[in-house]
Amino acid sequence: MNYIQVSNLSKSYSDIEALKDLSMEINAGSLFGILGPNGAGKSTLIKILSTLVEPDSGEVFINNINLIKNPRKIRELIGYVAQDISLDKILTGRELLDFQSDLYHMKQKEKYERINLLIDQLEMNDWVDRKCGSYSGGMKRRIDLAAGLLHLPKVLILDEPTVGLDIESRNIIWQLLKDLKNDGMTIILSSHYLDEIDKLADNLVIIDDGRVIAKGTPAQLKNKLGGDRITLKVREFSTEEESKKIHEILSSIDGISQIIINKAQGYSINFVVNKEKDLLTKLKVELAFSKFEIFSLTQSQPSLDDVYLQATGKTLQDAEISMTGKRDLKKESKQSMR
Amino acid sequence: MELKQYNLVFLYQETFALTKRLFIQLQRRPSTLLAGILQPIIWLFLFGALFSKAPEGFLPGVDSYGNFLGAGLIVFTAFSGALNSGLPLMFDREFGFLNRLLVAPLASRLSIVLSSFFYITILSFVQSIVIMVVSFILGYGWPDFYGLGIVFTTLILLVLFVTSISLCLAFVLPGHIELIALIFVINLPLLFASTALAPISFMPNWLGWLASINPLTFAIEPIRIAYTQTMNLELVALHAPYGDLTCKSCISILFSLTVFSLIIIRPLLNRKLN
Repeated sequence: MNYIQVSNLSKSYSDIEALKDLSMEINAGSLFGILGPNGAGKSTLIKILSTLVEPDSGEVFINNINLIKNPRKIRELIGYVAQDISLDKILTGRELLDFQSDLYHMKQKEKYERINLLIDQLEMNDWVDRKCGSYSGGMKRRIDLAAGLLHLPKVLILDEPTVGLDIESRNIIWQLLKDLKNDGMTIILSSHYLDEIDKLADNLVIIDDGRVIAKGTPAQLKNKLGGDRITLKVREFSTEEESKKIHEILSSIDGISQIIINKAQGYSINFVVNKEKDLLTKLKVELAFSKFEIFSLTQSQPSLDDVYLQATGKTLQDAEISMTGKRDLKKESKQSMR
Repeated sequence: MELKQYNLVFLYQETFALTKRLFIQLQRRPSTLLAGILQPIIWLFLFGALFSKAPEGFLPGVDSYGNFLGAGLIVFTAFSGALNSGLPLMFDREFGFLNRLLVAPLASRLSIVLSSFFYITILSFVQSIVIMVVSFILGYGWPDFYGLGIVFTTLILLVLFVTSISLCLAFVLPGHIELIALIFVINLPLLFASTALAPISFMPNWLGWLASINPLTFAIEPIRIAYTQTMNLELVALHAPYGDLTCKSCISILFSLTVFSLIIIRPLLNRKLN
């Protein structure tokens, strides 16, 4: 039985369709990753799951409780760690945790025990009594995470929790997430870091343009590609015409599949080769026959980026770059402001 | 029933936490409190000095201009504090801290509004009491026990009225710049278009009309009576162009405005907070 069921979710902000008929299921006690480039709709989905934003249509059930009809009951179940860390600069970390525990109606004894435990777990003893305004990004993230965990939520929802963090803070957070999952907590983690989702997630969805374009375990998704991923360039920056010719050559070779022309990376060619066959020698011969030389050829185990590439025709990084300058973050922030 | 009792305990716990946070902010950044006290005291000194040589009987029913001005400045202090009450909420909205409150299973999101009311009411009282003490030291009088009750009742009504408007603006306006700009535009014109600095008889006809429909006037006049006469609710407090108003009438109008504003903002708060 799925602990969290998301069905046909849609959400628009004036003229922007952030989510388009999105559905997914999350098992209890799993770490579920939501992967996608900036602007894909991850934060909107996370805000709906955390009851901050109401969808235009669709349904969400957490532990069989309808999120839209019973948001308060859902709030008792969830802990939320936002992408933009919002701390009260005037309060100390400990005061903020104390404040947060009162919002969750925790009893006096219970709240001090939890606060002290989390301070130890997240290694905050040295600085938790300083004002939040003096914290570094990593410290802020840790105190924010502690605030989300104070009331021992059944579901922890994290929106890009490690963006811009130092390695030490990132490792502490990764380790804590692993421990929490082992203790049976259901964790939803949105990220545009491939390695983070690959290492931590039991299951994931890849979102692009408000839709789910792939779902499964990281291994399942990578295995679906069927072999090693090759990136081929015949020149540093090829032309479209050239790349189409190479596409034709590759298509004629048995054992090569999923050929994609990556326009954003100088019309390089990405494809998957069947591991069983020695296709690279044949490939070199065929290219030489058509008077193409190999400028570069890299072979790698399939990654989640390849899964994304396969589904969209562009890498996650290219998708990020293409979004740069297109998003009006100030406008988006105003639109989602209560 | 058991659930309702729990809800009340929870409502108390979360409202207390939210109010406590505002007071910690005030304690660590006391400039708002100090500025709110210093500004009216400076005005009291300056305006008191400006009209110190005014002929006797210049203002009906009072010994000196300072005696007349005290009520206006007490009201203005409470009014300014209440008008600014939307700012912390606006900052919470802008910096995302409000989301922290909205994802919590609050017994009622009314606690967010209640905490602002409590905070501003206490803050305004502290500031007003300081102004009253300074006025007393300067020889501008002190109300009797009944009069004090009227002073504080009037201030509570005014603070509730203005705070509800300010909180409403904090949700409606896009950012703190717009809110501060609006506060600047409203603040002094409302003061000058009231009976805080001069009686209606000194004003041109159009300004007299404005002053006599200004909510500040309905707060100032009963307090002025409390300062200058033995308090009686039936005493005429305001000679308005449309007729005389007793203290009771002024307070009733202020009460009606407060109830009306709370009713008006309720749907907006429900929409924004639910």
